[in-house]
Amino acid sequence: MTEKTLRKGNEALAEGAIRAGARFFAGYPITPQNEVPEYMSAYMAEAGGAFVQAESEVAAINMVYGAASTGTRSMTSSSSPGISLKQEGITYLASADLPCLIVNVMRGGPGLGSISGSQGDYFQATRGGGNGDYHVIVLAPNSVEELGNFPKLGFELAEKYRMPCMILADGILGQMMESMSFHFDPIDPNKLGKFDWAVDIHKNGRKKNNVFSYKGDNLIADVVERAKRYGYIEKTEARWEEREAENCDVLLVAYGLSSRACLEAVNKAKEEGLKVGLFRPITLWPFPSKRLAELAAKAKAVLSVEQSLGQLVQDIKLAVNGKTPVYLNAYPAGGQPDGHSILTAVHSILNGGREGLFDLQEHAGDFAYECKRDTSLGMQGDLKGGK
Amino acid sequence: MTIIAKKPASLTDLPMHYCPGCGHGIVHRLMGETFDELKIADRVIGVAPVGCAVFADSYFACDMVQGAHGRGPAIATGIKRSKPEAIVFSYQGDGDLASIGMAEIVHAAVRSENITVIFINNAIYGMTGGQMAPTTLVGQVATTAPKGRDPKLQGWPINMCEMLAQITGAKYLERVAVDSPQHVMQAKKAIKKAFENQVNGVGFSMVEVLSQCPTNWYASVPQALEFVRTKMMPQYPLGVFKDEGGK
Repeated sequence: MTEKTLRKGNEALAEGAIRAGARFFAGYPITPQNEVPEYMSAYMAEAGGAFVQAESEVAAINMVYGAASTGTRSMTSSSSPGISLKQEGITYLASADLPCLIVNVMRGGPGLGSISGSQGDYFQATRGGGNGDYHVIVLAPNSVEELGNFPKLGFELAEKYRMPCMILADGILGQMMESMSFHFDPIDPNKLGKFDWAVDIHKNGRKKNNVFSYKGDNLIADVVERAKRYGYIEKTEARWEEREAENCDVLLVAYGLSSRACLEAVNKAKEEGLKVGLFRPITLWPFPSKRLAELAAKAKAVLSVEQSLGQLVQDIKLAVNGKTPVYLNAYPAGGQPDGHSILTAVHSILNGGREGLFDLQEHAGDFAYECKRDTSLGMQGDLKGGK
Repeated sequence: MTIIAKKPASLTDLPMHYCPGCGHGIVHRLMGETFDELKIADRVIGVAPVGCAVFADSYFACDMVQGAHGRGPAIATGIKRSKPEAIVFSYQGDGDLASIGMAEIVHAAVRSENITVIFINNAIYGMTGGQMAPTTLVGQVATTAPKGRDPKLQGWPINMCEMLAQITGAKYLERVAVDSPQHVMQAKKAIKKAFENQVNGVGFSMVEVLSQCPTNWYASVPQALEFVRTKMMPQYPLGVFKDEGGK
């Protein structure tokens, strides 16, 4: 473990990745993650690795595809709109069983959105934003210290299971400075040994290695076989953190930065004599459903505190499976929670109010949709929804 | 008995799936011969494209990576930067290289990545069934240009060698054809040079090969060869567009 130093989140992540043995980085500028490629451009060569400023996010993720094919610890970083562009490469990496690290320092969306920190890409990260049946492992740090230490965990999980791993951070985590230390000594990737599947210079007549994404007639077998790995990961690799979660009335569920605000809410609630706990998923895929279900069964209510408009809450509902009421306290598109705003939602749950709780259909209120185009052809009327 | 001709050791024994008369098999062979002659077979890592040559990873005896449509130069960049001692090639068709992958090929040249690109230009999308390519000739019929390519609607064919020649980082650009024994010999020389350049650290090298696609041109093989000579070559003149190999 290193001594504690003050570091900016994005720089801690970049330094942590180099320490973890990353030796290839390709990226494209986008706020709020620019310190990552800037740091890499300054220090990657010194570490014996390669940095490429790519012509686009699409090119960057495909450079990672090439570098990862050689067994090199390879990574890219970007922010939300850039991660959308990388989805092509991510699904190819998943199909070719290639390990790599992808960092998303999330900002407000959809579209170009804003540059404020946000958690709007939960679905994209956990459902697989590209085509086909696949997953990536998703790690959600909530401190600069975790940002600096998760690249090692990410590479290890990615290589163990031969699949991409994503670190899902946000703009505030990336930009803020905190005291942190690295929990591991720098890794020399040359001492890690070679993968038998990697493409490389080869002598002594070893069988040729092919890294490929097109599976043709073998696709069904390939996808079904890979799913065994996914099932095993769900059973064994879920990670989470609990605070006062065993015997609480309201269990807050939050990841990343919003979990920090939840801690403030947990402490404030204690002062008020309320029993509020926190369950923080550290892996978003695999989602720690089993433990959440156990804890939710003991609570009166579960509250999702998320910087998105009802994304995390869906995984919570799947885990809780209707046995405990699940509520949503949402801060979409760059909004930020604080202890007070979260407690307002807790009070609403306990006292039967609605302040601080979000429900999409309730939100619609008396909004009525009117089509401005001429609908005289009758199509619109015929296709009207439920009665 | 003396063996006077044999398959290059750098190709596998797998029968190729290419249509009769197609140029892919010829180019594969020329590349295999090059790897054998330069004694680089154990150092070559290839990138196979999306398109008719998607199975090229099975035909070359070296390690191969098959990636996304158009991204070959980016993938090759990742491989080469990670394994600088490797000899890395990207094998691409015209839709792949000159349409969806335009940014990747241009910027690989801009960075003068020390890789070799083999660009097969047959003026059509083959694998998907004969749609218009960026290199489709004016007036040439394609399934998405049923009345023939009309510049008013679809613009003009793009000449990649001429375009890339403007880029400082592009060090060797030559256009060849495989329509006749004489041209096949010249194609071999060009391909060999493009790989020698990489061995010598020259930088970005690309060989454009005018190739025939009898199937999607709805032509017999002799007609297809004639089309290359009489229709393609006037639009895409053979020759060296840049050669800074020795400098």
